[in-house]
Amino acid sequence: MTAAPVTRRSRVRRDRLRTLAFLSPWLLGTGVFFLYPLVATVYFSFMRYDGFTAPVWVGMKNWHYVFTAYPFFWPALRNTLWLVLVVVTLRVLFGLAVGLLVVQLKRGAGVFRTMFYAPYLAPPVAATMAFVFLLNPGTGPVNTILGKLGLPQPGWFNDPVWAKPALTLLALWGIGDLMIIFMASLLDVPRDQYEAAELDGAGALRRFRFITLPNIRPILVFAAVTGVISMMQYYTEPFVAGQVASGQIGGSGQQVEPGYPDQSTLTLPQLVYNLGFQRFDTGAACVVALVLFVLAMVFAAFLMRRGSGFLALED
Amino acid sequence: MSDGTLVVRHLDSAAESPQPRRQTSAAYRRRAILEWIAVHSFAVAAALFFVLPFVFVFLTALMSDQQALTRNLWPQTWEWHNIATVWHTPGFLTWWRNTLFYAGLGTVLTLLSSIPVAYALARFRFRGQSVAMMVVISTMMLPPQVVIIPMYLFWAQQLHLSGSLWPLIIPLAFGDPFSIFLLRQFLLTVPKEYIDAAKVDGCSDLRALLRVVIPMIRPAIAAVALFEFFSCWNDYFGPQIYASENPAAWTLSYGLESFKSAHHTNWNLTMAATLLVMAPVIIVFFFAQKAFIEGVTLTGVKG
Repeated sequence: MTAAPVTRRSRVRRDRLRTLAFLSPWLLGTGVFFLYPLVATVYFSFMRYDGFTAPVWVGMKNWHYVFTAYPFFWPALRNTLWLVLVVVTLRVLFGLAVGLLVVQLKRGAGVFRTMFYAPYLAPPVAATMAFVFLLNPGTGPVNTILGKLGLPQPGWFNDPVWAKPALTLLALWGIGDLMIIFMASLLDVPRDQYEAAELDGAGALRRFRFITLPNIRPILVFAAVTGVISMMQYYTEPFVAGQVASGQIGGSGQQVEPGYPDQSTLTLPQLVYNLGFQRFDTGAACVVALVLFVLAMVFAAFLMRRGSGFLALED
Repeated sequence: MSDGTLVVRHLDSAAESPQPRRQTSAAYRRRAILEWIAVHSFAVAAALFFVLPFVFVFLTALMSDQQALTRNLWPQTWEWHNIATVWHTPGFLTWWRNTLFYAGLGTVLTLLSSIPVAYALARFRFRGQSVAMMVVISTMMLPPQVVIIPMYLFWAQQLHLSGSLWPLIIPLAFGDPFSIFLLRQFLLTVPKEYIDAAKVDGCSDLRALLRVVIPMIRPAIAAVALFEFFSCWNDYFGPQIYASENPAAWTLSYGLESFKSAHHTNWNLTMAATLLVMAPVIIVFFFAQKAFIEGVTLTGVKG
């Protein structure tokens, strides 16, 4: 490899320029739409700024306010953690169950698959409004049917105890994406492993435990971690549900108490909106945004560590 | 790494092909029948859970104003004009146009800007490559609310573009992390030999990408386009931040909620509007089912 060093160096340079050319739009975008605003968010978290007058340095005041005095921060964090634990767990279990069910079906699998998948496509705002109607305590079909059956009729989106379970139902309705991913991975489990186990006399449960589960483990991890990440961003459904169920529609700058009823549907992303765009408290909004950033990055790091296989990060 | 297309083909064939029959003893057949009944009753129960919400939305959308205030489940009279009433609500057509514009232009820009980046990440070798991938994955997972305060100030105060959808469309011309990620995953499955052969024939990288690679990854491009189209179509937070001050720039998702406030007791009209927002997505799905399902499978491809 002692051939003309000049040409080799020029080729390396050309390769580097070519790479730069292909990456340049994204590099620019990452700088302007990610790195700059991230640094600015940190900066504003130490400022008092209402969007109109010049920012004033206030040190740790915003941080102190959010963590000790602001009444909505801890409820929002608690709700976000509740949703991560309950919704993600149930979605993974339910998605797997529905996937297993469709794989078992021999005839009509296509029809069932389409029916189970369709709700995933419903735009979140429309799906949420549909559920607020379906579950409304006054005229909702669900409570009508529960009443006819002589069962208790919860207040759903109007009851602080039932609001999160109602959101959970909505999240389970849109299970289509997970169902498809699980179906694909279930059908990828080598058939001969099942046949060998059956010959050895293993029952259905044992086959599931010792063949299916180990084979689909990476997909389970993937589903759980992406589920956690989407719960970190959970905004549209709880926001719309709270507004529609309470009957109060608050736009920018309006003093509306977030997370109706009683902050039970308040999540961290909603808090950023409420602080930043309804109360014009930019500093506190940036503190909450940074808490959200740290949480999201912890899970992103987890996914990259555990999931380097299916992310194909190593060649 | 398994190939997305293969997974889908596999998925269809396995669902349809009958299982080999082993025993014919009466006991075995009885068990098979019981199993069949159990599986199908679960399937019907699940189908009710997934389909009934649509049915009730549909039925309520066609009720009269008085009946929508009662607990009746079935319309006494079928008020089809409710759909027309919603359609002719001032603004509804504008929301449609804006949503189509945002989703359509957003999708085209995303593809144009993301394909070259994905190609470079999948095919080139360069220093900082793994860092670049980590940045792609991190930004893909970043809640939009994290950077919204400075972003809003940037668009509203520096560029005076609030009150329009441009703050949502322009960034898509600079690569969308999720699309880059998906396209890269698919590009990794394209055999290197094809690209090398094209380059031996004198193609530049750009020509090889345009002439050889893009035709080969058409299913992935379709899947990414659908994803991007619907993520714009469904976006609520973006239009709420940037467009709320100007009703002429509202989208369907944002307008739908304001519709509820204007007709706050009339569930029938609200559900008719909800139906009109859901319908196009579901209809497109029936025509493009394969690309959709491929796209979802693509996100979960495993090593």
